[in-house]
Amino acid sequence: MGTNSNNFRGGFKKLTEMRLFLPIVALILVLLVNIIKTPTFFNVSIQNGVLYGYVIDILNRSCELVILAVGMTLVIATGGIDISVGAVSALAAAICIRMLGSSYDAYAVPMGISILIGLIAGMACGAFNGFLVAKMRIQAMVATLILFTAGRGIAQLISAREIGGKMVPGQIIYVRMESFKAFGGFLPNVVVPTPFFIAAAVVIIAYLFLSKTAFGLYIQATGINSKAGRLVGINSTLITFLCYVICGLTAALAGIISSSRIYSSDANNIGLYMELDAILAVALGGNNMSGGKFSLAGSVIGAITIQALTTSLYAMGVTADQLPVYKAIVVILIVSIQSEELKRWLNSRSKKNATIKVAG
Amino acid sequence: MKITTWFKTKISGNNFLLFITIAMFILMYIAGLVIYSDQGFGNMQTLMNMLMDNAGLIIAAAGMTIVIITGGIDISIGSVIGLVCMMLAFMMEKMGMGAGASIAIVLIFGIIFGFVQGWLISYLKIQPFIVTLAGMFFCRGLTAMISVNQIAITTNKVFLGMANKNIKIPFGAIVNKRGIKLYPFIHPSVVIALITLIVVWYILKYTKFGRSVFALGGSEQSALLMGLNVRRTKLFAYVLNGFLAALAGFVFCLNTTSGFVEQARGFEMEAIASAVIGGTLLTGGVGTAIGSFFGVLIKAIIETYIRCNGTLSSWWNKIVLSALLCFFIVLQSVFASMRSKHNS
Amino acid sequence: MENNVVLTMRGIDKIFPGVQALNKVDFTLKKGEVHALMGENGAGKSTLIKVLTGVYQKEGGEIHIEGISHPLTNRSPEEAQKNGISTVYQEINLCPNISVAENIFVARQPRTRIGAVNWKKMNKDAEKALKKVGLDINVTKPLGEYSVAIQQMVAIARAIDVQCKVLILDEPTSSLDDSEVKKLFDVMNNLKASGVAIIFVTHFLEQVYEVCDAITVLRNGEFVGEYRIAELPRVQLVAKMLGHDVDDLSSLRKTSKEKNNIQNKDSILKATQLGKAGSIKPFDIEIKRGEVIGLTGLLGSGRSELARLLFCADKPEQGDIVFKAENLNAHAPIDSIKKGMAFLPEDRKEEGIIADLSVRENLMIALQARTGMFKLLPMSKQNELTEKFIKMLKIKTASPETLIKQLSGGNQQKVILGRWLITNPEFLILDEPTRGIDVGTKTEIQKLIVNLAEEGMTIMFISSEIEEMLRTVNRLCVLCDRQKIGELKNDNLSQHDVMTAIAGGV
Ligand SMILES: Nc1ncnc2c1ncn2[C@@H]1O[C@H](COP(=O)(O)OP(=O)(O)OP(=O)(O)O)[C@@H](O)[C@H]1O
Ligand SMILES: [Mg+2]
Repeated sequence: MGTNSNNFRGGFKKLTEMRLFLPIVALILVLLVNIIKTPTFFNVSIQNGVLYGYVIDILNRSCELVILAVGMTLVIATGGIDISVGAVSALAAAICIRMLGSSYDAYAVPMGISILIGLIAGMACGAFNGFLVAKMRIQAMVATLILFTAGRGIAQLISAREIGGKMVPGQIIYVRMESFKAFGGFLPNVVVPTPFFIAAAVVIIAYLFLSKTAFGLYIQATGINSKAGRLVGINSTLITFLCYVICGLTAALAGIISSSRIYSSDANNIGLYMELDAILAVALGGNNMSGGKFSLAGSVIGAITIQALTTSLYAMGVTADQLPVYKAIVVILIVSIQSEELKRWLNSRSKKNATIKVAG
Repeated sequence: MKITTWFKTKISGNNFLLFITIAMFILMYIAGLVIYSDQGFGNMQTLMNMLMDNAGLIIAAAGMTIVIITGGIDISIGSVIGLVCMMLAFMMEKMGMGAGASIAIVLIFGIIFGFVQGWLISYLKIQPFIVTLAGMFFCRGLTAMISVNQIAITTNKVFLGMANKNIKIPFGAIVNKRGIKLYPFIHPSVVIALITLIVVWYILKYTKFGRSVFALGGSEQSALLMGLNVRRTKLFAYVLNGFLAALAGFVFCLNTTSGFVEQARGFEMEAIASAVIGGTLLTGGVGTAIGSFFGVLIKAIIETYIRCNGTLSSWWNKIVLSALLCFFIVLQSVFASMRSKHNS
Repeated sequence: MENNVVLTMRGIDKIFPGVQALNKVDFTLKKGEVHALMGENGAGKSTLIKVLTGVYQKEGGEIHIEGISHPLTNRSPEEAQKNGISTVYQEINLCPNISVAENIFVARQPRTRIGAVNWKKMNKDAEKALKKVGLDINVTKPLGEYSVAIQQMVAIARAIDVQCKVLILDEPTSSLDDSEVKKLFDVMNNLKASGVAIIFVTHFLEQVYEVCDAITVLRNGEFVGEYRIAELPRVQLVAKMLGHDVDDLSSLRKTSKEKNNIQNKDSILKATQLGKAGSIKPFDIEIKRGEVIGLTGLLGSGRSELARLLFCADKPEQGDIVFKAENLNAHAPIDSIKKGMAFLPEDRKEEGIIADLSVRENLMIALQARTGMFKLLPMSKQNELTEKFIKMLKIKTASPETLIKQLSGGNQQKVILGRWLITNPEFLILDEPTRGIDVGTKTEIQKLIVNLAEEGMTIMFISSEIEEMLRTVNRLCVLCDRQKIGELKNDNLSQHDVMTAIAGGV
């Protein structure tokens, strides 16, 4: 009995570690395939004074997704979902760029303030979602569906440009401010892309906030049993609301980075389908989609996995049109190996085999 | 006083939202009659157009209702519809296949696709959102692999005949300027949609499978302990939904008579919204096919409003649509909370 | 198989991560007997049942059932039902969203000739099935609209309506009142007479001696013994369950009552004309510091509702509460908690446990909420408090990090109780704190209540067990039909006095 229970304690420990173990394995698998297929995959060099290579590319491009995944993780943990993040990204980017001015000489607002206003707009969108979900008790997917459909429309309205003496909405607005490029590109004399720092900062701040306050615990309690949560003194309405606001903020930040990358605001394409990737990142991180326990690190790994997958597939010569097919297959493979049921099934099979061997 | 007591007795907790939706639809219809009377809003044909434009959505929303009641979701249906349209167009135009065979193939495809998704969800216990998200990617990619260019169906007479046949309705006629009596008409797609709706309603209400769907949506754990075969029920729900998505795709194709990559993008969201507006709870266990039908009609009537207002640019269209949607669901939520206060 | 034996389980093993829940357990069930399965919280009773019905898969052992020649392994409750085993599980396992009638007929609805579900017949049959357990309610309403007690009766009605050889009842009586228990026993006796074998789990010893023929005792997942009811007097049964003798409680109240002179104390809480439409009619109540006040009344008489209003778990629509000489302007439970109140709700599953959080987190969460979100309790302190309360309340858990949903029902209850004790409240409301708790721990909780009161804590205690209340409270409030109808001072009250008061004659 004694050794038995010891054994099981060991097994138990392993199981808790498994939460992050599997997402990491998935990421490693994706990368491993690359080494075989593209031997130069892990080469990193410095070109034009900045880091260069597939891996850097993956890290760089996954930044927006990582940032979004942080917000999405919290929202999903409360038992909700936010499908408006892509549209909110576009909206925030449009506002920010509009503030920056749309012609060579008209810098209406300084960059810092423009970005700040963009972020505030994102938070306002989040607050709108949060109000509908937390206060009006509207189901999350439908509540966020409103901004999902309207967000891009509003972004297009904002993206108006003077053409022939009339303001015409729905235009791509180009920025004419060199320094704005740094936001999604490189700071002078720094080899690491700026978004990497931003994403790292977001993750670290979120991590500190969650581990140094009881916020994380409150979110989980809200997501698991909000009735019980209320009785022990948790204001689940407020907690849920805050999570949506944070999610809106991360969406805005991601949108602004995207717009800086393309040096313009494109209401049609910024953040397009990002909500799906963000949700996928959370799921690949081993998080429960119906709320409760969550792992921020898991989501971050999930986000990087998605980008690694995309980059690898491109590296292997898959075209953009076919990409979704392969992506879908790999995603299903990844979540299948994480499936408890599959493990149980394999376990019971191996056990059966073992007993047969013993008997024979 | 009398009305409130009637309210309390007649409208039990779960179908209250449905009741609101139907009432709101009627109100909105009457409002439309008043505001847009000069634009022929009152014509029977306006109503028929709503049905014709949304025949595919009616079917898709019915299927969606089933999976949402199980506590799941299917966000792949937009892509499935896109793929089905592309398959139909490709088979009929490029391969010269007959309409019947093509339709049979896509319907079988829908069943198989639903089976795979359902198996992953019910047997491997992978979360529905993820499985169907992958399904969405898969179908969209496959559509592009078949053809990145639009394929219009122009040669298959049987299919075009089905698409364009006008079925006259023997009442609600109007007399036009030249004094000719014009009867309202519908396309066969509407007939298919309405029959499907009734069948789904029947399945949910009167079959063991249907009732099991509700039980497991209420509490999967309890349903299991009560001796329900939860896995099989769930699997079947997704198979049925896969079939209905393919059927919706076929009906959708009757309307568009072409296949292209971006077709029916975001359709799943419309189906989900329709179901929810019709009183389906995304947490599972509550919902009706009829409710989702009225959810579709609410969306249709909002679109008709917008159309009556003349041509709006596509972004304004979206903004107005979502503003009205927002207004509607907030109102619904206010009603619901008023009622729950009243009751407790 | 021996004659007359319906079911044998031999050497059953079941292992969960970190615990051996069952270790070589034997169980034998004869035709037409009511067989009690006894043991402390976490002894493994529910697990044994779930292994039998295929909810869990056993690691070892054999199960035989009459009429089937080979060893039986149910892989799902569905299979178990097909093999003639019908079960009422410990936590009510019905679907709240569907109607009462549908719950009774899940997966076996009556059909019409064309195979459609026959709603009319189903509703009628449901009414019949409910009549057997003495329930007359609207079967077309969603189950969730009914109280826990009614839901429990529906679960029982469902189980006995299924044709079965073996009927399993896992703590069916913990949320029922006396008259309902009596009805249940009548039903059980009828079934017994018709040859059905019944497994009955309960922590109420008097119920065991009232209906059972045999007893199997488990302790720590191990088989202690099987006894005929006549062979095993109460005291010995308890000793077998606990592994040691239990203290006598009868002197408890008397000694402490003499020490406590409540009358002279100042009042801690005073409510005037507090009420909420549809929940409870306006009432006044005054509670003294250090007092233990009991609320009594039938199920649905408004006892829980009264307590909920005081704590602001439900927001009162009218009236004021003065708490510690100032107006308690609570808008949500957190306001009451900050002022020093605590509330253990009746419905453990719905409002108590936060299932996917660990034992530690469940224990700490109320204190954390009281401390504030930005002041995270340091891990060292959390661990220390957790250890302390696990020990103090004898919570059986593999580790503090085990998820609370993996604990046995009684142990979950202890965690919830501990959650509030950790906050060291001045006024503690306990709504059915001993529900599902074993005899040993029950006496300990009663002692704890008396001791806490002596140390100055004020406690409001709600329980369906009058005896238990008489042992602990200074004063009883009597409720009837959602109205407070009177108060009784507890000097030498008898159970009979209270019963008459409840019935309406204060
Ligand atoms: N799903 C599970 N996962 C892990 N451990 C479990 C699980 N279910 C039960 N256990 C453990 O198994 C042991 C036996 O639990 P069980 O529920 O059988 O107790 P019980 O005798 O029914 O107690 P009670 O009287 O409190 O209901 C407990 O220690 C419990 O923590
Ligand atoms: Mg138990």
